Amino acid sequence: MAPGPWLNQLAAITAMNLRNLPSRLGTSLVAVVGIGGVVAVLVSLLSMGEGFRAALELSGSDDVALVLRGGSSDELSSSFDREQVNVIVSAPGILRDARGAVASPEFYTIVDLPMRSTGTAANVPFRGVTSRAIDVRKGFRVVAGRMFEPGKDEVIVGRGAFAQFGNVDLGREVTWGSHVWRVVGVFEAAGSVSESEVWTDLTVLQGVYRRGNTVQVVRARLTSPAALATVQRSLEGDPRVNVSVRSEREFYADQSRILITLIRYVGTTISVLMGIGAVFAALNTMYSAVSTRTREIATLRALGFGATPVVVSVLLEAVVLGLLGGLVGGALVYFGLNGYQASTLNWASFSQITFAFTVTPQLLVTGLGYSLILGLVGGLLPGVRAARLPVTIGLREL
Amino acid sequence: MPASIVRIRELVKEYRRGAEVVRVLDGLSLEIAAGDFVALMGPSGSGKSTLLNLIGGIDRPTSGEREVEGLRVDRLGDGALAHWRADHVGFVFQMYNLLPVLTAERNVELPLLLKNLPREQRARRVAAALQLVGLSDRARHRPRELSGGEQQRVGIARAIVTDPTLLLCDEPTGDLDRKSGDEILDLLQALNREYGKTIIMVTHDPHAAERAHRVIHLDKGLLREDPP
Repeated sequence: MAPGPWLNQLAAITAMNLRNLPSRLGTSLVAVVGIGGVVAVLVSLLSMGEGFRAALELSGSDDVALVLRGGSSDELSSSFDREQVNVIVSAPGILRDARGAVASPEFYTIVDLPMRSTGTAANVPFRGVTSRAIDVRKGFRVVAGRMFEPGKDEVIVGRGAFAQFGNVDLGREVTWGSHVWRVVGVFEAAGSVSESEVWTDLTVLQGVYRRGNTVQVVRARLTSPAALATVQRSLEGDPRVNVSVRSEREFYADQSRILITLIRYVGTTISVLMGIGAVFAALNTMYSAVSTRTREIATLRALGFGATPVVVSVLLEAVVLGLLGGLVGGALVYFGLNGYQASTLNWASFSQITFAFTVTPQLLVTGLGYSLILGLVGGLLPGVRAARLPVTIGLREL
Repeated sequence: MPASIVRIRELVKEYRRGAEVVRVLDGLSLEIAAGDFVALMGPSGSGKSTLLNLIGGIDRPTSGEREVEGLRVDRLGDGALAHWRADHVGFVFQMYNLLPVLTAERNVELPLLLKNLPREQRARRVAAALQLVGLSDRARHRPRELSGGEQQRVGIARAIVTDPTLLLCDEPTGDLDRKSGDEILDLLQALNREYGKTIIMVTHDPHAAERAHRVIHLDKGLLREDPP
């Protein structure tokens, strides 16, 4: 048949179906809400992974080298003494200014703080730094209170940690081990993982932990991203030190891999399971939509309308309902969760990391795509049933 | 004697009801002349509607031959049969079978959507069909805004809008009061007399059957004909 009449048929049946929608508002809403819920869960879980990835990715620069002891995959298990630090910061390829090498030796440990939401204790990174720490980080700024003073028992708290954990309000004293610290400031660092941390003066922290002059990590600003290879060659071939040198971006990408994989796996599994439920809602809706119009469809078939336009029109209606659900679910997550701050355990460092749910356009497209598939699956069987029902039986339906 | 428009030979139709096989038409043969107006009568379950559906190509027989206008419709596939129906057959149903969401004119237009016709030409033919059944002033009304008789007129307009040779009417007055029923029968008679439509009408109402030229009784799957 020529495409003109075929499209006419499809348009006529689809228009009839859609005009019938108001009389089937209840069952149609069930499908829309069911599919919307699934899309909301899928998009929110994936946006969590996206936010986590963004937090770690923002933390990592290509032109900052992260030097750990050879064989260490994280900061906790690494350690250098002062002589080793001196060797590291003198490596070629590290940027220098009037004060010498732009390198930040840092002491890294973990303390616990109660979560504001649940009150349960969580691990929080506690970092001892010199004034160089802000030279190897992006967008560092004290947003409340002031910077800690060197030599004093003062701490500043990252914005994310401040939002997530209790006991760290400005001016408050907090006890870790036998030592009392005073919270004097809140800082931000371009949304990076540093915002999940608590910072204090390096020498004070080394003293409190009786670690002499050891540090865990050295961050060094490179003359250019390409200088990483120079630093690697120089230090990894130097018998005085045993180090592994990576770009900061690479380090954080490795750190985020476990959790992102976990989130994607869990997100996909939950969405598939919920999707099966939503398909049943859509199936039910479309079966009832088709059964209320059995006689109308049979009449059209008697007049000479083909089976294919009938199937396609039912599918179209199911897809419209599915997409409506997808839009509702996507909008719900976008307006309700996008930018919402949360924290989770970073499995690589066993410390909490704060991040914001990040609903990207790509995630919304993924959600809409999924809703489309759910609609199609839900409409297929009812559509085929409508087309295959003998005309003479359909005409007898009331 | 005018040529036969419908020829049926040894038509058998069986239904399966659980393990039981019910034979509704039992080797039935029939010829209907072009331009004839035939009433098919018989008790409930006698196979009247089944025979009508078989002639109209919306059902398939268990065995036997059906020929309409020289074409062996039993040899057509489902798609071709649907095209053939759209071109050659107009159906009028007892319950009108109008689509409730569409206006009268949109209902009448439905069979024309199967043809490659521009919108203006479709609109002209819809207007002509509605005028013929006397419902020009009701074109924009939806079925629920029309009386039963008016709805059946829309149903007839839909059946004739493609100018088919054969009109198949299944109890067209079965759901109407006597007055409305008579008006519908007047209309069918006029379509037969003035426009030469061949009409086969299933009815159990002897009063309606009186309007036909020929009355055929179906009983227990076999035919018996009233003398002319």
